[in-house]
Amino acid sequence: MNPAFRIPGAGRLSQAKTASFSFDDKSYAGIEGDTLASALLANGVHLVGRSFKYHRPRGFLSAGAEEPNALVQIVRDDARKTPNVRATVQELYDGLTAHSQNRWPSLAFDVGAVNDLASPMFSAGFYYKTFMWPKSAWKNLYEPKIRAAAGLGVSPDRPDPDHYAARYAHCEVLVLGGGAAGIAAALAAAETGVRVILADEQAEFGGSLRFESGAKIDGENGFAWAQGAIAKLKAMDNVRLLPRTTAFGYYAQNFVSLVERVSDHLKSPGRELARERLWQVRARRVVLATGAIERHMVFADNDRPGIMLASAARTYLNHYGVAVGRNVGVYTANDSAYAAAIDLKKAGVNVAAIVDLRDNPTGPAIDEARGLGIEINFGRAVIRAGGKLRVSSMTVQPKNGGGERTIPVDAILMSAGWTPSVHLFSQSRGKVAFNEETRRFVPGTYAQDCVSIGACNGTDGLDATIDEAYAAGAKAAKEAGGKAGKSAKPKVDASESWSRGMLGAAPGAGPDTTVKAFVDFQNDVTAKDIRQAVHEGMHSIEHVKRFTTNGMATDQGKTSNMHGLAIAAETLGKPIPQVGLTTFRAPYTPVTFGSIVGHARGALFDPTRRTATHPWAAAHGAVFEDVGQWKRAWYFPRAGEDMHAAVNRECVTVRKVAGLFDASTLGKIEVVGPDAAKFMGLLYTNPWEKLEPGRCRYGIMLREDGFIYDDGVVGRLAPDRFHVTTTTGGAPRVMHHMEDYLQTEFPHLNVWLTSITEQWAVIAVQGPKSREIIAPLVEGIDMSDEALPHMSVREGKICGVPTRLFRMSFTGERGFEVNVPADYGEAVWEALWAEGQKHGATAYGTESMHVLRAEKGYIIVGQDTDGTVTPNDAGLDWAGGKKKTDFVGIRGMARSDLVAKGRKQLVGLKTKDPKVVLEEGAQIVEDPKQAIPMKMIGHVTSSYWSENCGRSIALAMVAGGRDRMGQTLYVPMPSGTIEVEVTGMVFVDEKGERLNG
Amino acid sequence: MLLIRCPYCEEERPELEFRNAGEAHIVRPTNIAGESDDDFEKFFFIRANPKGVIYERWRHIHGCARFFNAVRDTVTDKFVMTYKAGEPKPAKLPGASK
Repeated sequence: MNPAFRIPGAGRLSQAKTASFSFDDKSYAGIEGDTLASALLANGVHLVGRSFKYHRPRGFLSAGAEEPNALVQIVRDDARKTPNVRATVQELYDGLTAHSQNRWPSLAFDVGAVNDLASPMFSAGFYYKTFMWPKSAWKNLYEPKIRAAAGLGVSPDRPDPDHYAARYAHCEVLVLGGGAAGIAAALAAAETGVRVILADEQAEFGGSLRFESGAKIDGENGFAWAQGAIAKLKAMDNVRLLPRTTAFGYYAQNFVSLVERVSDHLKSPGRELARERLWQVRARRVVLATGAIERHMVFADNDRPGIMLASAARTYLNHYGVAVGRNVGVYTANDSAYAAAIDLKKAGVNVAAIVDLRDNPTGPAIDEARGLGIEINFGRAVIRAGGKLRVSSMTVQPKNGGGERTIPVDAILMSAGWTPSVHLFSQSRGKVAFNEETRRFVPGTYAQDCVSIGACNGTDGLDATIDEAYAAGAKAAKEAGGKAGKSAKPKVDASESWSRGMLGAAPGAGPDTTVKAFVDFQNDVTAKDIRQAVHEGMHSIEHVKRFTTNGMATDQGKTSNMHGLAIAAETLGKPIPQVGLTTFRAPYTPVTFGSIVGHARGALFDPTRRTATHPWAAAHGAVFEDVGQWKRAWYFPRAGEDMHAAVNRECVTVRKVAGLFDASTLGKIEVVGPDAAKFMGLLYTNPWEKLEPGRCRYGIMLREDGFIYDDGVVGRLAPDRFHVTTTTGGAPRVMHHMEDYLQTEFPHLNVWLTSITEQWAVIAVQGPKSREIIAPLVEGIDMSDEALPHMSVREGKICGVPTRLFRMSFTGERGFEVNVPADYGEAVWEALWAEGQKHGATAYGTESMHVLRAEKGYIIVGQDTDGTVTPNDAGLDWAGGKKKTDFVGIRGMARSDLVAKGRKQLVGLKTKDPKVVLEEGAQIVEDPKQAIPMKMIGHVTSSYWSENCGRSIALAMVAGGRDRMGQTLYVPMPSGTIEVEVTGMVFVDEKGERLNG
Repeated sequence: MLLIRCPYCEEERPELEFRNAGEAHIVRPTNIAGESDDDFEKFFFIRANPKGVIYERWRHIHGCARFFNAVRDTVTDKFVMTYKAGEPKPAKLPGASK
């Protein structure tokens, strides 16, 4: 059975293709091609939501993207509950489930509507006034209450199971808007052979041709012509059509972002389809054909369900075959609403009366309406709408005052005129200009290579629009390199045309009234609120906007901005252009986070880097930690071990026997060339010229400001070749820093820099047995202490593959770092592991590495330093070349503050109670009894339990620390104050004998 | 997203391939260790930060990896021109009135 308001024979949908859906748990019948809005209207449902602030009942204002009222929650399953979906945009599918929002307990009876009665409390700027006092109430009472009450819809509370695609595209001509103008421009551009993209937010192209029954092009009804033209464009290889695609952002150099709704209209999208696709298009020329949006009339209670834009009522009738009422009234200040009245009357709907603010308008539309016997009232205003959950009447009065007359209606169609959609033009940084005659802002000065055509350019009439559009399309294509195409300009046979209208409040909602005449439906802003904002001192339109929140809702004021501006201008007594327009910002319509994030989430959020030995470590039970993008083995627990037990065992085993550690993530840079030593001398504090090939040195790199930037062991492989290591996190920025100086400050130096981080796997073998583990596998390198002393490097072979074998230590034990080509990393590790097993060696992870180095007082740049630490602060003066006259940072570190007494210096700390392990980051004070806030003289940078020492150890930055040796200081913590003693930084083997042990 | 012309690649490439590297034409003193506090302050800390035309360094870090110089308008974000590192500050800008 047909729903009550579906008119047989009207509209373009096939009545045979039914789709059932539910709204607030009640089932309804719709048909394929419906929007949720048209399907509900076909069932006579107008009440679909409650307003944001006053919880007033609301229905459909529009039939498109500008909809401020009809926001619903679409529920597919537990994880797919999309809030704030415009019912006028959501396409119907069989089984669609929707719920109304912002109401409790039900749509018809909403407790929140008490706000409507209490509305004097919620006037313009109420946030800034009502909740000012007492101050303490803001945090505990007002803010939580406001946060609970505010907001639209309910967010889903599970991870989004859908996936979102993204595409980059390039074209010569990008046409935004697929109405008559956009189609004509695309046709002209496509003829020249250039790449054309035509995008439109609707499922079907045609724009306002979907409701303009009077349009006729090339002998066909306008909408039918549009479908033919689209079929023609679709067949062309150089054209890409993007329906259901909204251009939401226009950025620099003709870069436009669009979002395509791929599967929100499908019953069962399936896993293979993305939900949405983000298009980022770079175009040589952009053609803006974004049309115009009809404005409502501003009168008392103009928000009652059943009151809607005239063009919306026409769309529901002419496209969807739905009558929005049985007895409709019309309230207008321009001709376009007449066309709606005529179409509805012809479809058998009673038109109770047309109320026209204008005094004596003439024209064919008026004649036709009169000819159909529709009552027309000129020079009159609708001063009030009756009804609550649905409009029931309109009260009419001569606009200059006089007797009232109430006319029963079940819908009111209104039109105050049309606002050109200059959003994207404005986003392109173009400047709009106010046309005094037509009272509208139109594109003025262009900032980018784009052109506006048709209604968004203020061009009235289909004839003029097609002329303008076709010429603009051809011109844009030609400028973008297209060849002259054969002209096949569409011929307009019949057209509808209207312009003008009114801005601001209608009579009956003037300054002398206190009625609720809504300007901005979504944010519940009335004409009175705007006037009040001006009276309270908001004279800039930007202030009026923020004070009243006019135009700040998710619809971005598509219907409200011009009315709000006109009322502000009238109250200020200034012409509209002097008051100015608020800035249009992206996005044009709301965009999901999903479409912006695209594939970049979960495992694909950031690349994961794994070392060559990762599979071995995983197979041996390693627990991994994230270090930047790297996965590093953290510790290797054995059965029954927790982290502490594992780390204690690993640390002890390294010092007693040996341990294997994957150090591959260290940054590695090869510095090569005749001037390599000179370059190294400029980039590091250390002297390099006299370092013999085959020897290593611990290097410190500063920034020009004199602070430590990075450190690492550097091996000189040959007079002209250095193997530089950096911190794991510092690798890219050190490379950048080196390249910067090489390219721009020292370009005369003949040096090449090559990142070799990923070329070499690095296996650290540390401990008294390390040489015995490595030696059997090495060929061509004398491993004796005389031939390969601490801090030296040799090239040779291990397990038959090339190696750069470093004798160095980050544990204080005899140690080696075996560099092998990354592809052999795992095999060499396995061979070393097998050797190690003979001695009882352990694999150890980053946690043990940290503990072992702290036991020796070796710093970690970025943990023990923070970008404000000089080499002297860190106790590393010994590493600087005393005779050097230049290196990066030499002047910076001589600055008065950096050589002043009392700077924080790196020292060791021992807790008086050896069992207490300090918290890293904890603050240090001299006197724990002083008043709060205490004077903090330092902080803990590293702190661990050291099983080797049988106690806790820590490093800390303490003001004048090196002069405080033996002093007792205090670390106040929530659980009590901890006593500590300042010590040297070396906790194990102070003399360094174990390096050769 | 801006398009930036790399003077080495001789191509306009998207902004994502580049990294800004601060104001250009600031020369590191040859005898930097002997600089006075005032001169070092000027060299290291003081930047023009103009509203309008700025001369700045960029690096085509995800391309040829070269540093180069660019003239950009900080109001419109438009790149007026780019040129190779080491080339002098252009005396005349394209499109300038004199």
